[in-house]
Amino acid sequence: MKSLRSLTRRRVLRGMLAGSAVSVGLPILDCVLNESGTAFAADGAALPTRFATWAWPLGLGEDDWVPKAAGVNYELPTQMRALQPVKKKMNFFTGGQVFLDGQSNNVHFTGLQGLMTGKVANTREYLGSIDALVSEVIGRGTRFRSIEVACAGSPRDSWSARLDSGLQPAEVSPAALYKRIFGPDFQDPNAAEFTPDPDIMLRKSVLSGIKEERQALMSKLGAADKTKLDNYFTSLRELEQKLEVQLQKPQPLQACSRPATPLAQEKLALTLATEAVERHDLFAGLLAHALACGQTHVANLVISRPQSGLRRDGDATAHHTHTHEEQIDPKLGYQVTCRWFTNTYMDALRRFVSTFDAIKEGDRTLLDSMVVFAFTDHGSPRLHSVRNYPILTFGSGGGRIKTGLHIPRPGDQVTRVGLTIQQAMGVQVSSWGVGSNRVTSAISEVLA
Amino acid sequence: MKKTLDYGSGRGPGGRPGSRLVTGLVASVAQLALIAPVLAAAPAAGEVPMSWRLGPSQYRQSIAEIFGPSIVISGRFDPEYREAGLLTIGARTASISASGLERYGELARNIAEQVIDEQHRNTLFSCKPQSEDTSDDACAREFLGRAGRLLYRRALTQHELDAKVRLAGEVAGIRQDFYGGIAAVLSDMLLSPNFLYVYKTVERDPDDPQKVRLDGYSKASILSFFLWNAPPDDALLKAAESGELHTRRGLKRQVDRMLASPSLETGVRAFFSDMLGFSEFETLAKDPAFFPRFTPKVISQAQEQTLRTIVDVLLTSEGDYRDLVTIPRTYLTRSLAAVYGIPIADTTDNGQPEHWIAHTYPKDDPRAGILSHVSFVALHSPSGRSSPTDRGKALRELLLCQEVPSPPADVDFAVVQDTTSTVHRTVRERLLAHSTDATCAGCHKIMDPIGLALENFDAAGGYRTTENGAPIDTSGELNGTKFDGPVGLTKALHDDPALTSCAAMKAYAYASGRMPSRTDPALKELQSEFEDSDYNFVELLRQIALSEALYAVPPSAAPRPDVVTAAR
Repeated sequence: MKSLRSLTRRRVLRGMLAGSAVSVGLPILDCVLNESGTAFAADGAALPTRFATWAWPLGLGEDDWVPKAAGVNYELPTQMRALQPVKKKMNFFTGGQVFLDGQSNNVHFTGLQGLMTGKVANTREYLGSIDALVSEVIGRGTRFRSIEVACAGSPRDSWSARLDSGLQPAEVSPAALYKRIFGPDFQDPNAAEFTPDPDIMLRKSVLSGIKEERQALMSKLGAADKTKLDNYFTSLRELEQKLEVQLQKPQPLQACSRPATPLAQEKLALTLATEAVERHDLFAGLLAHALACGQTHVANLVISRPQSGLRRDGDATAHHTHTHEEQIDPKLGYQVTCRWFTNTYMDALRRFVSTFDAIKEGDRTLLDSMVVFAFTDHGSPRLHSVRNYPILTFGSGGGRIKTGLHIPRPGDQVTRVGLTIQQAMGVQVSSWGVGSNRVTSAISEVLA
Repeated sequence: MKKTLDYGSGRGPGGRPGSRLVTGLVASVAQLALIAPVLAAAPAAGEVPMSWRLGPSQYRQSIAEIFGPSIVISGRFDPEYREAGLLTIGARTASISASGLERYGELARNIAEQVIDEQHRNTLFSCKPQSEDTSDDACAREFLGRAGRLLYRRALTQHELDAKVRLAGEVAGIRQDFYGGIAAVLSDMLLSPNFLYVYKTVERDPDDPQKVRLDGYSKASILSFFLWNAPPDDALLKAAESGELHTRRGLKRQVDRMLASPSLETGVRAFFSDMLGFSEFETLAKDPAFFPRFTPKVISQAQEQTLRTIVDVLLTSEGDYRDLVTIPRTYLTRSLAAVYGIPIADTTDNGQPEHWIAHTYPKDDPRAGILSHVSFVALHSPSGRSSPTDRGKALRELLLCQEVPSPPADVDFAVVQDTTSTVHRTVRERLLAHSTDATCAGCHKIMDPIGLALENFDAAGGYRTTENGAPIDTSGELNGTKFDGPVGLTKALHDDPALTSCAAMKAYAYASGRMPSRTDPALKELQSEFEDSDYNFVELLRQIALSEALYAVPPSAAPRPDVVTAAR
């Protein structure tokens, strides 16, 4: 009995490694899309739903950026004019706030803690972000449950945290991201032949050695250490699943192609906003290809930390300092330099969304199958305000949400947007958030 | 009590050449048998995490010590998180993320491949397989038992070792490669929580069966990561196995040995890297348009400059801890000297590694002590300009253990505006405007006057006397002591009792993984002993390493004694 597990493992190892690797010819002709391009003709399975988050630092500035009209017929404020070409595929949520419930406002953090996890705490606790709750549903079964990237050079610039294992560090180098996704382990879903990699089989099989240590270790530990060990094994399971996915014949994906290899960049820590958005564009291209190739269904991008140290070329003062120190131009009515940063980021956001919209899947686009959720750290950054958060979404999530709307909800919990998006993405949840940030109903007007 | 330590200037950190595996450490089967029952101990209930995630430097040091410094570790680690001012405390609650584990997996495979390659296998294996084309259980057992004991910082149980030998055999048989089997299992061990986490586990206290105590292995790991930033060596593991670490005399013997080892320098460097926030260097950059001399080379040399100065004052000279902030002596390279604007003679050829040259600032020079280093003034400045607030906050928090609260929400900063003002040209003038707002003034009053005294140093560490054409006024105040300029600040700091009480607090927190309360009796005693030793830092380390409090099992983490197996 004691050797049952190892016998199984041995049999698996022998069977798969000793010369019997499987080659599977893919019936590509059977796998074309149906006429509307929404489903695989062969089995009627729908194209996957995808999700992305996009975080920019320091809000939209100090002047009034809330559109005057609600619903479909609204005019974009000047701060967001860059988004005009994608307005029809966009929703703009305004007015939502995070309630502190007596907790202190750890500036540039607490608001995001509430917005992204539904829970405000005095500690740095940050577990279960919206994207992670969504990836729980749509991210399983792909090679990477989610992919995180950050444009300014710090792997800590990430707002993606699993409920159990916490914050997911971000990839900061496009070249490294390319290697991770499209390097030697990449299997082209449209390749005619599929051969499971014996080395991956071995790697997966050998992980059993670690699992065998679990029980003995658990028996020695206190509750808090056990929780951490549980988290470790959750991550290990994910690693196993990743290997498992690589051993399976991938679903053919018409829109998949391998992107060009980005050049390795020597300098990872950046100081200019223009450099950060250049890197952003490289990441956007790689993430779009990763989604189109089924490597992941969830991607998270962060421009920089909220207290952004990014600057404008030739200016010694960083964006964050400007939000507090720059005078509001009495004639123009806004902080001119801060506006330059906002414009730079809204331009980048349009390019991000357009990159996904440019990939055709049948008669629709990759963007149509997804929701991009764009968020920031403060409503009014100059005041460290946790009121009136601007939130943007793009794409209809494969027909699950309506688009083209401005939805003003002054004073409402911002968590309601989070709940709405979760429900649209298929998360089985009827309420979300803690304390005053708890909401029990979604914004029905956007749900299709 | 003074010791004679030889910290020759030519010696790098570590000092122990080769690897522990090479030096031949064998855990006997008898030892394995003794350990088995302890590992089967019943569950321990508690709320406080006692274990910690191996930090990147501890990971690197472990690999270098166990397999030798020629193993190349290329790849990134899960980022570290600072809690209560220390990464070491953040490591107590750190999880390993899914993408982090993916990276650890790559590192592990890469290291394992190097260990078995032609270059290393002959020195790291003390046996040769009968045939390289198939399994050899005896040789696998010998290697995996030795490597496992060093990697897991405890001897493997018989059961664990059997399982690993079996797995190595299976893979070797299939791949027809003995070393391939070893590499597969080694890579597993490097990915195991037993390696990636340092566990503190308990056993029943033989002196009082109603109580539990940390077992010997846990004590060995605490000591060794505290003093060496490295896993326990063979002698320390043996002291754990023999029970020596549970006796006062035995513990003292090991602590004396560890403090006399050249590895102490590695430990002291690691402590100060953590305390001074050097991990932030990873993402530090300066605008080349303003600071063309601030290159990536300078960033790495800046940390080394400060660490060398610290080692010089605290270990080589066994000096007074307070001198760190006033010492006119330091070490410079050509690149660093260029940033500081100091002429030094260096005859190194272009393209060759730059020399470190001892340099003493003349009397009355504005630069003195580690606060004038790039590693402080540039690290705590934004990329384009200096920030007295950032520097003041860093000094309070890092060196004086005084926490500065976050600014409140929805406060209007309208008073702090207009960097282009012709009236408020210097930072001081702008900040003075700031302090007229009562909401902001409370906190800025404790940060800005310290930071303003360092305004002679620009955002990259260069010296200046004017800003936007206006002369810089560097007068300031620290806890009631008024001074003028950076040297005045460092003198006031030297005499501030918070400087030394904070050092003791941070060192104790670093060793134990938790921030003690200011009224903690054990901390009070350490602080008073530190004072008695004329602020000899090595003595502080000794007192912490010998203190019972370091090995105490926190009440909330204490399991019921009846469920814990008796001590060996």
